[in-house]
Amino acid sequence: MNVLVCVKRVAMVGSRIVLTADAREVDVRQLGFTMSPHEECAVEEAIRIVERCGGVVTVMTLGPAEASEQLRDAASLGATRLVHLVSDGREWDPVSTAEALVSAVWSLEGESGPFDLILFGNEAADTGDYQVGVRVAQALGRPSISGVKHLDVGEQTLEARREYRGGEERYEIALPCVIAVKEGINLPRYPSLPGRMRAKKVIIEEIPVEWREGSLRTVRLRVPEEPRDRAEILGVGVDGVGALVTLFEQWGILA
Amino acid sequence: MSVVRSQTQSEVARGGVLCFVERDDDGLADASLRALTLARGLCGVVGRTLVAAVMGELDELETETLTHFGVGDAYQVVLDDLEGYSPSAWATALLELVEVLGSDVLVAAGSDRGQEVLAHVGARTGLPMAANCLSASWTDSRSLELSRQRWGGSLVEDATLEGVPALLTVAADGVLAEGSPSPTAATIRTHRSTPRDLDRRVVVSEWIARGGGVSLADARVVVGGGRGVGSEEGFGALDELAALLGAAVGVSRAVTSAGWRPHAQQVGQTGTKISPELYLACGISGATQHLAGCRSAKHVVTINTDADAPFLSRADYALVGDLGVIVPALSEAIRSRQKS
Repeated sequence: MNVLVCVKRVAMVGSRIVLTADAREVDVRQLGFTMSPHEECAVEEAIRIVERCGGVVTVMTLGPAEASEQLRDAASLGATRLVHLVSDGREWDPVSTAEALVSAVWSLEGESGPFDLILFGNEAADTGDYQVGVRVAQALGRPSISGVKHLDVGEQTLEARREYRGGEERYEIALPCVIAVKEGINLPRYPSLPGRMRAKKVIIEEIPVEWREGSLRTVRLRVPEEPRDRAEILGVGVDGVGALVTLFEQWGILA
Repeated sequence: MSVVRSQTQSEVARGGVLCFVERDDDGLADASLRALTLARGLCGVVGRTLVAAVMGELDELETETLTHFGVGDAYQVVLDDLEGYSPSAWATALLELVEVLGSDVLVAAGSDRGQEVLAHVGARTGLPMAANCLSASWTDSRSLELSRQRWGGSLVEDATLEGVPALLTVAADGVLAEGSPSPTAATIRTHRSTPRDLDRRVVVSEWIARGGGVSLADARVVVGGGRGVGSEEGFGALDELAALLGAAVGVSRAVTSAGWRPHAQQVGQTGTKISPELYLACGISGATQHLAGCRSAKHVVTINTDADAPFLSRADYALVGDLGVIVPALSEAIRSRQKS
């Protein structure tokens, strides 16, 4: 099974997002970075599939030079081939992102055969666009489904399940295909020490890419006004319990 | 590539604002009513018609709801020889309607299906799609200015969008559903669509109900636990309190990452978004990831050892101290109240 996972480097924003002075970006100077959460699960899922069926896990990212950290993280978990579309750090819109990924897929498949399965995260934590996987699938002429929380991969087809109205929908889809997964599909492993050592030695294949302006253009970012300001402290320790029960009564919480 | 417009059907007003409307267990989905509200705002002073597209036949109550929300034309979409959800087939039908109507905007709910179907329309046409919009207005006939959620709603992006039709999904927790001040009866029409062979590659094959317990998304009361609960065993006291309150238990991402609780109980940007009357958050620091999932709670109370925890700036009330002591005391107080 030849599996490709596409991941994105995102900031770990903690408890409050701070913007740059021109309000066009998140101020990331004090922040750490990670792979977007759904994509951590996509990498884990790919590794599990290959552990069971054999094959190769390739992980690809489009991002600045520093995004090689996220590729190495994926390698420390078990990915064996790393591909970096190196950008100048500007934000890419979903249309251009998909186009760059598609041309990289064509070139990788030309070298080493088709990917049976391409995995995405359902949406990136930062931009939340919900569409890159679908665009890539469309351009490659492959079927796709998003929001997947369970995968069973067979030789010719896979079964995908996702949540819908308090239940689960099932899909049976022919390979090769494109699947966007959600966190909860698995619990990602932590990297082992040998995994980390191995990851340092994996060669990252770099492909330069040219940024293009999209048709959805950011004017500014802003932190929304929150409905609440500061909590009223009802008490320290068990002192506030009585007051809280009274509030529950007022709110109609207690039968 | 832009969408080629076909011959006008004489009786249909051209240039309508098209909104894809979904159903849930109680009729038209709440997220779709929010989408209709935003879409109606784009009909503007020139008086574009608000057009709804619904898969399958409309019943009387649904038609009344559409009328209430200002829909002028309601299309029941019938797919030839295809049952159930198919993102690609539904996108095909919507693209046909965009052509028939000459619509310059297509709106959907920011639901799993809404995002997916519109992403297919975007992929097929090469047009951009703006996800989770909070507001949108025309700047000229080809461009919109809009606000949309990022970071699960922790950040708002003001942006411009060019391209016809404009493709927008509407944030399910950021726009209120409001009926039209001047509704006129919706005209029911039918659109038959023949899915392409390509569309038939992905069709839902089965839906399995999952039983048991109060659903987190719909719960009236949610008792939340975070890293501060300390262990898997520590959740015993929270489970007990939740049972007393008829509440669902929700947890932070730290808890599911540690394997203390299943992901199905995770509240947050990558978990479930909740909108209870009361969210009682115990031992949760208040990371952006978590706050993105509980913004719609009516009353928020936190129990936290740290009076400076970020959650205290997002809660109505706080109890400061050890949740291992406070939670059992709260359960006891509720129990003795029930006895008296």
